Amino acid sequence: MLRVTRLTKTYPTAAGPLTVLHEASFELGPGASMAIVGPSGSGKTTLLGLCAGLDRATAGSVELAGERIDSLDEDARARVRNASVGFVFQNFQLIPTLTALENVLVPLELRGERGCEPAGRALLERVGLAARFDHYPVQLSGGEQQRVALARAFINSPKILFCDEPTGNLDGDTSDSMVELIFGLNRERGTTLVMVTHNFELAGRCQRILRLKGGTVVSDERAA
Amino acid sequence: MRFTLLMAWRDSRASRRRLALYSLSVVLGIAALVSIGSFSANVRQAIDQEAKGLLGADLFVTSPAPLAPPVLEYLKGLGGDISREETFSSMLAIPSQSHVRLVQVHAVEGAFPYYGKFQTEPAGGLEALRGSSPTVVLEPTLLAQYGLRTGDAVKLGRTLFTVAAALKKVPGESPGVAMMAPRAYISMGELAGTGLSGPGALARYRAMVRLPAGRDADVVVREMKDRLPQFRLSFETVGERKRSLGQAVSHLDGFLSLVGFVALILGGIGVASSLHAYIRGKIATVAILRCLGASARQSFSVYLLQGFALGIAGAVAGGALGVAVQLALPALFKGLLPVDVDFFVSWPALARGTGAGVVICLLFSLLPLLAVRRIPPLAALRSAVADRAAVAADPWRLAIAGMIAASVAGFAVWQTGQLSVGLGFAAMLGLGFLSLAGLGYLVSWAARRFIPRRLPYVVRQGFENLHRPNNRTVLLLVSLGLGTFLVLTLFLARTTLLREIEGAGTLGRPNLIFFDIQDDQIADLRTAAAEAGTPVVESAPIVTMRIASVKGRSVDDLMKDKDPKVAAWALRREYRSTFRGSLSQTEKVVEGRFTGAVAPGGGPVPISLEEGLARDMQLHLGDPVDWDVQGVVVHSRVGSIRTVEWRRLEPNFFVVFPDGVLEGAPKTYLAALHAGSADQSGRVQRAVVDRFPNVTAIDLALVVETLDGIFSKVAFAIQFMALFTVATGLIVLAGAVLMGRHQRIRETVLLRTLGATRRQLAAIQLVEYAVLGFQAAVVGSVFAVGGNLLLAHFVFHVAAAAPFGQVAAAIAIVSALSVLTGWAAGRGVVDHPPLEVLRQET
Repeated sequence: MLRVTRLTKTYPTAAGPLTVLHEASFELGPGASMAIVGPSGSGKTTLLGLCAGLDRATAGSVELAGERIDSLDEDARARVRNASVGFVFQNFQLIPTLTALENVLVPLELRGERGCEPAGRALLERVGLAARFDHYPVQLSGGEQQRVALARAFINSPKILFCDEPTGNLDGDTSDSMVELIFGLNRERGTTLVMVTHNFELAGRCQRILRLKGGTVVSDERAA
Repeated sequence: MRFTLLMAWRDSRASRRRLALYSLSVVLGIAALVSIGSFSANVRQAIDQEAKGLLGADLFVTSPAPLAPPVLEYLKGLGGDISREETFSSMLAIPSQSHVRLVQVHAVEGAFPYYGKFQTEPAGGLEALRGSSPTVVLEPTLLAQYGLRTGDAVKLGRTLFTVAAALKKVPGESPGVAMMAPRAYISMGELAGTGLSGPGALARYRAMVRLPAGRDADVVVREMKDRLPQFRLSFETVGERKRSLGQAVSHLDGFLSLVGFVALILGGIGVASSLHAYIRGKIATVAILRCLGASARQSFSVYLLQGFALGIAGAVAGGALGVAVQLALPALFKGLLPVDVDFFVSWPALARGTGAGVVICLLFSLLPLLAVRRIPPLAALRSAVADRAAVAADPWRLAIAGMIAASVAGFAVWQTGQLSVGLGFAAMLGLGFLSLAGLGYLVSWAARRFIPRRLPYVVRQGFENLHRPNNRTVLLLVSLGLGTFLVLTLFLARTTLLREIEGAGTLGRPNLIFFDIQDDQIADLRTAAAEAGTPVVESAPIVTMRIASVKGRSVDDLMKDKDPKVAAWALRREYRSTFRGSLSQTEKVVEGRFTGAVAPGGGPVPISLEEGLARDMQLHLGDPVDWDVQGVVVHSRVGSIRTVEWRRLEPNFFVVFPDGVLEGAPKTYLAALHAGSADQSGRVQRAVVDRFPNVTAIDLALVVETLDGIFSKVAFAIQFMALFTVATGLIVLAGAVLMGRHQRIRETVLLRTLGATRRQLAAIQLVEYAVLGFQAAVVGSVFAVGGNLLLAHFVFHVAAAAPFGQVAAAIAIVSALSVLTGWAAGRGVVDHPPLEVLRQET
């Protein structure tokens, strides 16, 4: 589902080129789950962004859902994201001007699909927000916002779900229920899961843990 | 497409009020264009409909001398109808009030007007003139000024007239004519009795002709020019009047539209600046959309659609407001229009104004919207990447800026109809914007460098807002500064002109002139004036003459030139020349030598010509000119060329002869006096006019009043349009403040959280807007003072007035308006409890 080969990202700076990710390689099959862990500044988010096609690598390749996305232009990568990828961000990233239901429907509406409201409502019900369809993000708690984000991530039945610190802004109880939802949906729909986290307990629930340090993969191990 | 529409609609929900306010920036500019365009269409249609009524006849034939028998015979031979009119200036006395007033007497005879109506209040004024007793129809302003009513008596020359009615409208005359001197219509039959008509009087003689069916006025004019060139006639036909009126309307329309267009451009800048801040607030949304699979084009289209809707909303509101303003324009231009204007909405003008608005709004919107294309999906993970992308060079920006420049130049060329003028306007506008923007950056930089650290916190905070990120310094300087500049320049120019004229009467210089004094009256008039306490300061003999030939070629011959090098007015006019032994204080010889006296029979007389006349007649030192002095030919040569300060109310002449030549010619005199007060002036005028009814007076105070009236009327129309610019500036300011409210809300809330009181927060706002408004007002005023200096020096050729009071008042008003607008638009920020705002911001 996801094949990453010798992926490198370098930024030009005043002091010369700065390599934030150095020749990272791994492969992940359908339905598998992997956590990317490491200290701040180790290149986790950079790796996630490159895998999801949010940025272009300086070197190396990314094959997502059978397609080499590193050679695609931005709009083509956007189409791949729309068709195959779901996202959950640490700070939820809901569109503040849209209601919960409208936020969830965006990926389908982007494809020009009509009559997709029942699917959106069903997903919101699935994440426990049946009474919040028409609420704006500002009217929801942090946990509720993250559940809307999760519903949005699954609305297009993604082949792969990328999560960036999905529980980073949530308290303990809310965080637990969120984790249950992510893994529950992951199981139900057979979605591949890639998650950046500082939380070792959460990482431990993934099948694999990829450790980064200073931009380099230092270990790629199966969770116990 | 469906997604774009849906998303644009949904995304705008929370910000529609804000977007509507942004669109307000262009509303006034569009309203100005629509109102002026549509009103001009009203005027043009009225001119077309009332074409014949514009003249009241098919043809006017005008002569500086009584119409000669061959001319009258020719006109009678055409087989139509002829009416006649003699027009001259005279003093109207009001016996019941001991007042005298300069009026323009129109003595009429015949059935004129043949088309349109001679309108009076009460009706029937013209019929009353044709009655047997002496009656007069007077300008309503005159009646109002002296509290006269119908039935009251006034005196013209030796005759007492009864006021029959107030004049409302006379075909063939623009109401603007009345501004120079109020009109008094009498019957030609009464003229002889007044003693005002006769040789030496400055009169205009006109025949108003209705041609028989089938006769073309233009053909008649051509024929008369060919057959009767010696009478120096001038002609006016309906077609010619229509053309010249149409041209005047086009010029006014073009000029006022350009003023309106400046407001529109300012509005465009306001839109661009507001949208820039709006888009900054949308970076996260765009980044999320990109993450979810939206292409750059899709996300750009969402906001382009909003920008377009904003333009459409502005255009609709601007169009509606424009039509409302159009309703008010007839009142504004009252007294300047030659026709009664019916109100109707000109759809082409509406389409032009709103179209220009949408185009300008869209072009200016594109500048900030282009940034949407550059927002990467990665910005959802790291916000800093959006900033990096935003500063990257974008060739489209340059292309859009080029399109804006092209559209501004295109509009200016279209409005003025002249490539060079249009491009010049666009270049000046660009220069104005750039220099104001440059100054804005300078002020911003100076604020960063030179604000003393010792100032109280709230004051320092206010000053520092001039240079902090997302400051409004440049925007405000451009919008408010330009508005202040336009309006204040007009005020200052008006003051400069009026002060110059008023100043002409100070320091004992003459401020009252009597003319048409007959040869045998001058000595008695001197005595009468001296007895009334205002002696004659200066007097000059006047001999009327015409040019017979120039450099050996007769005037008739010169007038036939296909490509005339000599100005026709200079050849055709009747010259009122003088003779004297020395130059006056208002004259200076620039070429040759002034000759004060010659012996009789000593060859061509060395005359002195005024510089402008010499230029128009292509005359140089030594060139021969022959004069027809009432039947006697006098040979002369150009002995000197001199400049004349015409604006001084003193006896000034185009041509000055030396002593020893014209003493024997029939002549009149003019006498200049200096009256110390209005009372003294009135006393001497009454004393002179009572004894010499044919003598006419020009009072400087009256000239100033008249010019002020005309200037106020014209300047008011221009200022009215310029006010659109100032109002746009204030709207842009309100938009900028609201924009700032969103940008700085967190800062205000943090200050509140840290213990700032409402009063302190309000004080920071007050200082910020006072400083912004003050600097915009100062910069605008400095530009206005500079503009006035240039106008005074290069256009009016006078010393510029620098009325400190007006400039200070302008600065105070603009600063106060800025503070008021800033306070009104930013009011809500300090009202929110910190918690509520902090929660909204997360």
